[in-house]
Formats: sequence, C-alpha cells, structure tokens
Amino acid sequence: MIALSDYLILGAILFAISIAGIFINRKNVIVLLMCVELMLLAVNINFVAFSHFLGDSAGQVFVFFILTVAAAEAAIGLAILVVLFRSKQSINVEDMDALKG
Amino acid sequence: MTLEKLIFYMLAAVIIAAAMMVVTRRNPVHSALFLILAFVACSGVWMLAEAEFLAIVLVLVYVGAVMVLFLFVLMMLDIDIAVLRAGFIKMLPLGVIMAIAMAAELILIVGPGNFGLEQYAAPVRHAADYSNTEEIGSVLYTVYMYPFEIAAVILLVAIIAAIGLTMRKRPDTKYIDPASQVLVKRGDRVRMVSMDAEKG
Repeated sequence: MIALSDYLILGAILFAISIAGIFINRKNVIVLLMCVELMLLAVNINFVAFSHFLGDSAGQVFVFFILTVAAAEAAIGLAILVVLFRSKQSINVEDMDALKG
Repeated sequence: MTLEKLIFYMLAAVIIAAAMMVVTRRNPVHSALFLILAFVACSGVWMLAEAEFLAIVLVLVYVGAVMVLFLFVLMMLDIDIAVLRAGFIKMLPLGVIMAIAMAAELILIVGPGNFGLEQYAAPVRHAADYSNTEEIGSVLYTVYMYPFEIAAVILLVAIIAAIGLTMRKRPDTKYIDPASQVLVKRGDRVRMVSMDAEKG
C-alpha cells in the first residue's frame, strides 16, 4: 500500500525543485510564474494525500479553492507581464526598477 | 511491490523529472510543455489518492486553460533568452544546495518515521459506485457555500483585471464605431441645395 509519507515526500521534493527553480531562473519572470505554479501543485498533493488518509473531504475542497485562486493569479500575472513587455520590451526582472527599490 | 505502488512510483518519477526540466530548460516554451507533463502525471497521482474530481479539474483547468494561456503569452512575447540566462550557471550551485537542504529537512519531518503506514494506516478503498464528485458537491454547496461564492467573485475580479490591464486605445487604427454608423441621418451626409437653372 502507498503510505502517506510517499505522497508527502513527493510534495517535499517538488517544492524543493521549484525553490531551486526560483533561484536559478531569477531573471525570467515567466519561468518564475511557472515555478510558483509548481509550488502550488506540491502543496495541493499534500492536501489531497491528507484528505485521503484522514477521510475528510475538507482537504479536497481546499484544493478546489487553491486551484481557483491560482488560476486568477496566473491570469493577472500574465496580464501584468504583457503590459510590462509593451512598455519595456523585456521581461527581465532587473529591468523592473521604476520604483527604485 | 503491488501494482498500485509501482504506478505511484512511475508517476512520481515522471513528475520529478518533468519538474527538473521545467527549471533547467533554456527555452521557456519547453518549460511550459514539461509543466503540462508534470500536471498530467500529478492528476494520475490524485486518481490513486481517490480524488477523481480534482484530478479531472486539474487537467481541464490547469492543462486546458492556465497552461494554454501561458503558452499563448510566451508565443506572443519576443523574448531574448540569452540575456535572461546570463546568471544561470552562477546561481546553479546555490540553488542546488538550497534545494537539497530543504528537501532533506522536509523528508526528515514527513518521512516514514512520522507519517508511515504504522502511524497512518492506508484507508479502506471506496466501493465501485462511490462518487467523489457527489461527495465534494454535497459539502461544497452546503458547508462551503460562502467561500464558494467568494471564489466566484475572485474569478470575476480576475477577468475584469486581466481585461482592464491589457486593453489599450489605439488611435492609429481605422476602426469605425458601428453605433454611430447606424445612427447617421440623411442630413449628415447629403445637403440639398436649390439653384436656378442655367440660361442659354
């Protein structure tokens, strides 16, 4: 039988890979967005696994809401990206310094 | 090793390999395609965890809508990959060390010692006529009614925000407003003049 720890380890490895992805692709906004999607996927695997093993459907409902918010986030993030590319002709994070932060 | 476990490990290997490719590929289009592979394999893992509804929603919403949107934006933008990859090798060791340290810490906590089969016994499989969709629907529209409505409002806000951000007025197009065309009167276009006939 598949143990709960198998699902959790899969989620942990996926989360660590997406953290590494944010480190090594820190200039490319679109790959950063994809890494955020991977992180959300890792978290969702944990929710689904706990929901399965504890016999509580609340975890699956929570995943449903996370998917909703993630879809909204991706849509707005990509819209911002398109506007950014129109004004700066680039999606490099280092070009986004208009606020002098 | 049971067949179920074999399928789980194969799907997990596909997910992890695809995630590795997402973060290391040079071309963002390849990254997006490998992310789609990761999502499809993950929906298989959710099927094994008896979350059939979410597995289908993941393919429909994520692969069918979100990743297509990603690919659409990627193809639309003209990206200079060489500039974006400049610090890749420099940051690679730090990223790998961070990832290994983080994965090791997490696995120590969530590993078989704390969350193994002894602590959490594998649940009994549901009968063949069990409907996961029905179970989620029965709590989603009763207990979670209020969050469900908030989720609907969030999606509406996202639609309006995405359209509002990307829409722009372009003064150089030869677009004609259909409403003003329909509303035009004869007097706006034709002027009747009465003049004397010429003589001789």
